[in-house]
Amino acid sequence: MAIVVQFKRNIKQGFINFWRNGWVSLATVLVMVLTLFVFGSLFFSNVLLTSALKNLGDKVDISVYFKSTAPEEEILAMKSSVEKLSEVKSVNYVTRDQALENFKERHKENALITQSLEELGSNPLGASINITAKDPSQYESISKFLESQNNQSIVDEINYKKNQVVIDGINSMIQSSRASGLTSTIVLAIIATLVAFNTIRLAIYTSRDEISVMRLVGATNNYIRGPFIVEGVIHGILATAAAMAIFWVLLWLGHEQLLFLFVPLSPVFNVSGVSTSQFFGGPDLFVYFLSNIIWITLMLLAVGIVLGVISSLIATRRYLREK
Amino acid sequence: MIYFDRVSKIYSPTSVALEEVSFSIEPQEFLSIVGQSGAGKSTLLKLLLAEEKPSSGKVFFESLDMHRVRNSDLPKVRRRMGVIFQDYKLLPTKTAYENIAFAMEAAGKIEEEIQQDVPQVLELVGLMDKAWHFPSELSGGELQRVAIARAIVNRPDVIIADEPTGNLDPINTWEIINLLEKINELGTTVILATHDKDVINSLKRRVITLENGRMVRDEKRGRYVL
Repeated sequence: MAIVVQFKRNIKQGFINFWRNGWVSLATVLVMVLTLFVFGSLFFSNVLLTSALKNLGDKVDISVYFKSTAPEEEILAMKSSVEKLSEVKSVNYVTRDQALENFKERHKENALITQSLEELGSNPLGASINITAKDPSQYESISKFLESQNNQSIVDEINYKKNQVVIDGINSMIQSSRASGLTSTIVLAIIATLVAFNTIRLAIYTSRDEISVMRLVGATNNYIRGPFIVEGVIHGILATAAAMAIFWVLLWLGHEQLLFLFVPLSPVFNVSGVSTSQFFGGPDLFVYFLSNIIWITLMLLAVGIVLGVISSLIATRRYLREK
Repeated sequence: MIYFDRVSKIYSPTSVALEEVSFSIEPQEFLSIVGQSGAGKSTLLKLLLAEEKPSSGKVFFESLDMHRVRNSDLPKVRRRMGVIFQDYKLLPTKTAYENIAFAMEAAGKIEEEIQQDVPQVLELVGLMDKAWHFPSELSGGELQRVAIARAIVNRPDVIIADEPTGNLDPINTWEIINLLEKINELGTTVILATHDKDVINSLKRRVITLENGRMVRDEKRGRYVL
């Protein structure tokens, strides 16, 4: 009973304090909105980066070109042996006829080539298989496997060596951007957390005399702490709502190709008339935002509330410590 | 009821606040502690409230050694003492009513009791009409009366008043002293620290005189002599 009464009083007092502290509450919520905005932006840029890197990685493959004399069974046997590799995501077999079709299609404007082909009468092109790995770093081992197969009789060329520089470049780019993305996420998150924490600490610092008075009239530490924790929760909830609204508007503007409304930004980012999906070649963030809105809200809410409550706890601890 | 046993408080060798002070206070006594600023009056009261620890000696509140009370039990003991300060120490974000109610809420009193008792003490200090004013909207005398109301609302065994009239004009001073006498007549021990000569001389109650941290006089019907 006593605990229920205390809990109810703490909640009520938390709301009253929040309201009466007016400007301090507003400032705290605003700083927290900024913090959550940083967290959210990091999250979204991570989504973009991941999908952009994935797109890039998907464009890489190894092609094995077969001699035009290579019998189809041997090609198919090789294809299925490659498919069995755990690193391989997909293998695409292009037959000789298909290769010719593709070639013709590609050069249909070029009369000289078309004519020469017709004169040749037979298909000069070999079949090929395109191998996509699950992860770009696995091409090296797939290529080793292909070379170890001892099938010079049918294989004309494996283009991995040719592409190796590009593939390695993409690999290191993916890895370094993941690493730097993680580092900057952590650093920015820490800075944002510290700023919010400091603001709440300052807000509670202004209440230090009150805390000492409360102790003198016989309030227990838990009873004094309660309203500050409730305030922390209120800050977290309001900041989450505001941050979500900001993301909604910004991402919608991006989706509707209206980012040029941010005139000062548009020359910097050169985004005028380009939706985020076109700009980054990734998913449309607004669609992503809407389809994951519950999770994103919960994530920001968790960050906001944990930040508010922990800051309150640490800040009041100083003034509640006995002598 | 309260017993100081050879209590010393030494901040540093050059700053001795209290030296070997011993005295006892009986229930329902009205005790004044006088002395110049820096004589050790406030330190003495802080030791009784367990806000500070003595360097040596013991302070007893009934059978409780105040400085061996566990931190978690301290709030309970403090609810048996009402405190009044020179600077009132009211919570600025709470109205007069709420300041008084807060002491009861902190003590875990139920709502009905709070709604019944707070108006009573407001009536007693004559501030019924200012119940919903914030401290910034009240005068010094009114603030001190709110502080007294807050101090007595939990029916403490002892009222500790540290220079309660230090910031007040003579008329308000008398109102506050009269209130304290009234509270004392109703059966509460009062400890009053002051350097107001007129107040001491008109009270004609027990006076303990401190000088440079030493107790130099303890008289049953004391006068202000320094």
